[in-house]
Amino acid sequence: MDEAWIALRLTLKVAGVATAINVILGVGVAYLFARKHFFGKNVADAILTLPMVMPPTVLGYYLLVLLGKNGPIGYFLKKYFDINLIFTWQGAVIAASIVSFPLVFKAARAAFESLEPQYEQAARVLGVSDIAIFFRVTLPLAWRGILAGVLLSFARSAGEFGATLMVAGSIPGKTQTLSIAVYEAVQAGQDEMANFLVLLTSVVCITVLLVSGKLAPGRVASGVHDHG
Amino acid sequence: MKKIGSSLVFSLLLPIQVMAADLTVSAAASLTNAFKEMAPVFEKQNPGTKVLLNFASSGSLLQQIIKGAPVDVFASADQETMSQAEQAGCVKNGDQKIFASNQLVVIIPKGSKQNPTGLSDLTKSQYQKIAIGLPASVPVGRYTKLALEKKNLWGVLESKMISAQSVRQALDYVARGEVDAGFVYSTDAVILPNEVTQAFVVPVDLPILYPIAPINGSPNNILANKFVAFVVSPQGREILSSHGFGKP
Repeated sequence: MDEAWIALRLTLKVAGVATAINVILGVGVAYLFARKHFFGKNVADAILTLPMVMPPTVLGYYLLVLLGKNGPIGYFLKKYFDINLIFTWQGAVIAASIVSFPLVFKAARAAFESLEPQYEQAARVLGVSDIAIFFRVTLPLAWRGILAGVLLSFARSAGEFGATLMVAGSIPGKTQTLSIAVYEAVQAGQDEMANFLVLLTSVVCITVLLVSGKLAPGRVASGVHDHG
Repeated sequence: MKKIGSSLVFSLLLPIQVMAADLTVSAAASLTNAFKEMAPVFEKQNPGTKVLLNFASSGSLLQQIIKGAPVDVFASADQETMSQAEQAGCVKNGDQKIFASNQLVVIIPKGSKQNPTGLSDLTKSQYQKIAIGLPASVPVGRYTKLALEKKNLWGVLESKMISAQSVRQALDYVARGEVDAGFVYSTDAVILPNEVTQAFVVPVDLPILYPIAPINGSPNNILANKFVAFVVSPQGREILSSHGFGKP
C-alpha cells in the first residue's frame, strides 16, 4: 500500500502548487476584470472560463500538442531552457491549474464586484496607496468569496484525471496521482488496491469539505453563487 | 406538448434497450484497424446485425467483462488474459480459438539519429524515455517485460519506462517524439509509417497469439459464435493479414 501513500503525497503536491498558482493568477486577473474596462473583455472572460466547460481530454490534447517536444511552446522551452514538461509532475501541475483556474477566477471576480465601493474610496481619500488599499481593504473584505473558489480549485486539481493522464502519463511516484492510480488498479483488476485508494480519496475529499466549512462557516457551499 | 414530452422520454430510453441484433465485441487495442474493417463485412453478411466495437487494453476489457459488462465476444492480445477470463467463468473452456499472431518490435521516432539494433542498446544514455504498455493490464507490456527480464535488462531499464494504457498510446508517444523508443507490435508500427521507424524485432519465448471467444451466457450466443467463425474464416484471415497479422 506504499504506492497509495506516495500517490496521495503527489496528489497533494500537485493540487497544492496548482492552487497556489491559481490564487496568484486567478485573484490578480479577477481584480483586473472587476475594476477595469478594456477592449475584448467579454471574449477574454469566455476564454478564461473555457477550461471549466471543455472536456478535460480536449484540454489535454491541446496541452500535449502545445507543450510536446514538437509543439510551439514545448520546442521553445526545450531549446532555450532545456525544460521538458511532458511526463513530469510539473506538467500535471499545469494541467490541474488550467482546469481549475476558472473556479478561482469566477469566485474572486464575483467577490470583488460585490464589494461596496465606499470603503476603497474612503481609503483613497485618506491617501492610502492603491497597493495598500488592495491588500488592506479589498482583499480582507473579499476573502471569503475567494476562499470558496480556492477550495473548490484545490479539490478539482486533486481530482484531475483526463488532461493529467494525457500530459503527464502515469509514472508511479512521479506523475501517478490518486485518481490515475484508482483507474490503473481497476484496469488491472487489483480490487483491494482500488478499494484502499478510493477510501483514501474519499477521506481527503471529506477533509477538504470539513476544513472549508471551518474556515468560512456557512459560506463555502453557496459561495460561488452568492456573494451578497 | 405532452406528445413531445413522451416521445422525448421514449428517445431517451432507446439507447438503453439493446436490439436483439446488436453484437458487442470487446477487442484488444492492437486489433482496432482490422476489426473496424471486419465489422461492416460481417454486418453485410448478416443483415440487421449491428456490431458494436469496444477497444482497450485486453486487461481492462477483461475487468469490464468480469464486472458484468454486456459483452458478447472477447478478442484478447494474449493467452494469459483469455485464461484469466476462463478462470473467472466468463469464457467456457474450449470455446476460444486462436486467430492471429503478431511480433513484438522496438520502434523509434522517424528521423532519430541512431537506430538501436538490440535490447541492450536501449541502456545507452540517448534512450531516456521508453514507452511500454502497462504490464499489469496491457499484454504488449507483459511480453516486453518477459523479454527484458530474460536478458536481465528489466531492472536497468525500468526507470526509463513510460507506461501506456494501451499499445496504441505507446505508439502515439513514439509518434509524437515524446519518448525515444517504444515497444509495440509490428502491426502497430506500420500504421504510422511517416512518424515511426521499426528498429528491430524483439525475440520472445512464447509466440504472441490472439485468442477469441464468445462470452459465456451471452444472450446473442448464436450471433457471437457466428462472429468468431467469421474472424477465423479465410475471409477474416485475409483482412487480418492485410493489416500485418500473421497466421495463428
